[in-house]
Amino acid sequence: MISALLLIALVTQDTTAGKVVYQKWCAGCHGDQGAGDGAAAKHMIPPPRDFTGAIYQIRSTASGNLPTDADLMRSIEEGLHGTAMPGWKERLSDRERRDVLAYIKTFSTFFADTSLRPQPLEFGKEPSGGTGDEAVKVGRQFYDSIGCRKCHGDLGRGDGPSSPTLKDDAGHPIFAADLHQNWLFNGGGSAADIYHRLRTGLDGTPMPSFSDLLEQKYLTETELWRLAQYVRSLSPAEPPVVRDVIHAPLIERALPRAPDDSAWGSADAYWFPLVGQVVRKSRWFAPAVTGVWVKALHTADSIALQISWDDRSESPDTAWLDHVNRVMATLETDSVETSSLWPDQIAVQFPVTIPTGMERPYFLMGSANGPVYQWRWASNARGSAVAGLARGVDRFDPISGGGLGGQAVYDHGQWRVVFTRALASPDTATQLPFRTGRAIPVAFFAWDGSNGEHGTRMAISTWYFLALDEPVPARVFISPVLAMMLTLGLGMLVVWRAQQKTSFRKGRQQ
Amino acid sequence: MKIRIFSTVGALFLLTVCSKGDQRNTANAASRSGDTAAAAPAPAPAPASAMATSAAGGTISGKIKFTGTAPRNPSIDMSEEAACKAKYKTTPSEENVVAGPANALANVFVYVKSGVPAGQTFTAPTTPVVLDQDGCRYHPHVFGIMVNQPLEIKNSDPLLHNIKAVAKKNRPFNISQPNAGMKTNRTFTAPEVMVNLECNVHGWMKAYAGVRPDPFYAVSGQDGSFSITGLPPGTYTIEAWHEKLGTQTATVTIAGTETKTANLTFAAH
Repeated sequence: MISALLLIALVTQDTTAGKVVYQKWCAGCHGDQGAGDGAAAKHMIPPPRDFTGAIYQIRSTASGNLPTDADLMRSIEEGLHGTAMPGWKERLSDRERRDVLAYIKTFSTFFADTSLRPQPLEFGKEPSGGTGDEAVKVGRQFYDSIGCRKCHGDLGRGDGPSSPTLKDDAGHPIFAADLHQNWLFNGGGSAADIYHRLRTGLDGTPMPSFSDLLEQKYLTETELWRLAQYVRSLSPAEPPVVRDVIHAPLIERALPRAPDDSAWGSADAYWFPLVGQVVRKSRWFAPAVTGVWVKALHTADSIALQISWDDRSESPDTAWLDHVNRVMATLETDSVETSSLWPDQIAVQFPVTIPTGMERPYFLMGSANGPVYQWRWASNARGSAVAGLARGVDRFDPISGGGLGGQAVYDHGQWRVVFTRALASPDTATQLPFRTGRAIPVAFFAWDGSNGEHGTRMAISTWYFLALDEPVPARVFISPVLAMMLTLGLGMLVVWRAQQKTSFRKGRQQ
Repeated sequence: MKIRIFSTVGALFLLTVCSKGDQRNTANAASRSGDTAAAAPAPAPAPASAMATSAAGGTISGKIKFTGTAPRNPSIDMSEEAACKAKYKTTPSEENVVAGPANALANVFVYVKSGVPAGQTFTAPTTPVVLDQDGCRYHPHVFGIMVNQPLEIKNSDPLLHNIKAVAKKNRPFNISQPNAGMKTNRTFTAPEVMVNLECNVHGWMKAYAGVRPDPFYAVSGQDGSFSITGLPPGTYTIEAWHEKLGTQTATVTIAGTETKTANLTFAAH
């Protein structure tokens, strides 16, 4: 009796303490009653979890089952990558995290139902050799045979035929994961994480569980693991790291003007993250383009920049209009707009002249008195690009005869756009002259028209740098060789002298 | 508006004593003959001991109709799925509002919402309700199932379907069947009208399950007819649910082994 009372007291204490933590840190997004309707909720896609239904994506349990406490703790501690949910391991104490977990469970009656006690699935151990060609090939076969491409696309960029129709349980828009960006996978990007998601599904989303395939012997565990390993192989070994300076080497051949010119194969790719534009109205909280890959090359007289980014839709595309409507219905925006067929766009931004000090124009498309020089490309005029001056987010003045080349390809969920221009500028007052050996500020902007993006509703970056490498003088290569030969010669001389002395002593001893 | 509909229903609402006869499976027979094919039969009442005589109980039957113009069902673009497309001679369309002759309304789930004495329990049949995915459509489109009765989900298409149950009172689930011939059994643990079933690979695929604690339900067939059998004497509220046109209710009193008629009318917008 006493122990029962004590237990009740303990439980009550837990959830009371948890409520304090919850209201301070969680309610802003998840809402006071846990319905996923906090003040910030209307600025997020995907929206915050609604705890009242006890439907959780990241679990170790079968589809439809409740998550274990360990599953919930993992999401609290690590956060959900690719969403607004941060990890709380550093910010909340062990005790606070446990308390808030207990409190979150009180929002749904399902957790009180003892017949629904969650049981983790047996996942087995990852078979070795998962990064080998054969394993990846086997995995790819199952990727095709079980229909992953329907949503995730032929090359895994989330651009499958069903992609525009996807929505979550509440009717909010949802993207099929871009499998080339494992650092954004909600439940983690390792092969084991991917395998677990294949087994459990992501409840509340269109992603189903594939466990039945094992139980009914359509696939072996190893085969499903191979699929997970294949998916893992689509992303880089490590998440991309931002390097501040894009190096554009000098090439001794024709400037590559086409996006798939072989010259790009050897060029280094630089990754830059993009975020929603939330500074100026109308703000944009749900950018679809999460980053761009940039390659740069130059010849004696011209420069070429290749920008690649993953985009599930080749806009404008009427198939995505319903998706845009769902986005508009989910987000609270500064101005109401009806969906339209907007193009995809990219912009590269430079200052008008290379700054001598640290001073740079305002990163967000300059200002009325401090314009920036931009290259712009849009998918509805994909064979060309326009140079111009931006004076703030809502003013762009094209420069006629800007001498800018633009070519683009859309390939299985990815745009690759190449901008080309002469290094020299006919009008240095408006068009940046490119010079070697200087750090030239550069920034990027992207729009996914089929996600409702246009105008100020865009993804933006901060300033980075572009450096055109200078030709390397011949002495740079010759001097080290000379120095090495000299060192070697001197060394041999010393050894030879020492050997002479030794044999002389030996001779005397005999 | 609501009130107007209600009074319309009231006016149209008839209670007629009919002969008992072969009314029992009218709804099922009708829906089998319809375009939706192979509607799962409502389970034969399998009462607990207290209900041993219910098979011989009263019957509520009637016809579901609608007023106004039925919206056009959008045609389905199956160009991505050649194997499904090949199963149709003409372009298939969605089944949002399936109308029969003389404004009959099919695919209406009719069930006893209240009136069954509290505490009365019914054993679920062990025979499963079969939900078939064939030609990238669900068969049946609307069905009833008892709590804890198995739902056999099967795939007759040689391609990936996922089956997502969107529910509030039941645990939802989302499973996949990439191969023809796959079968998976699931059960629902709580009454819920309705549990939505959907395929996310094929956004047009939708089915609706009325999950009930008792066997007193039916789905209207192509001619709009339905029949709920085996009712013990009592006064019942029946509700008719349609995926697009909402719900209608009626009250029926059953005195013995009689059959009473309840015709319900929806207003199409």
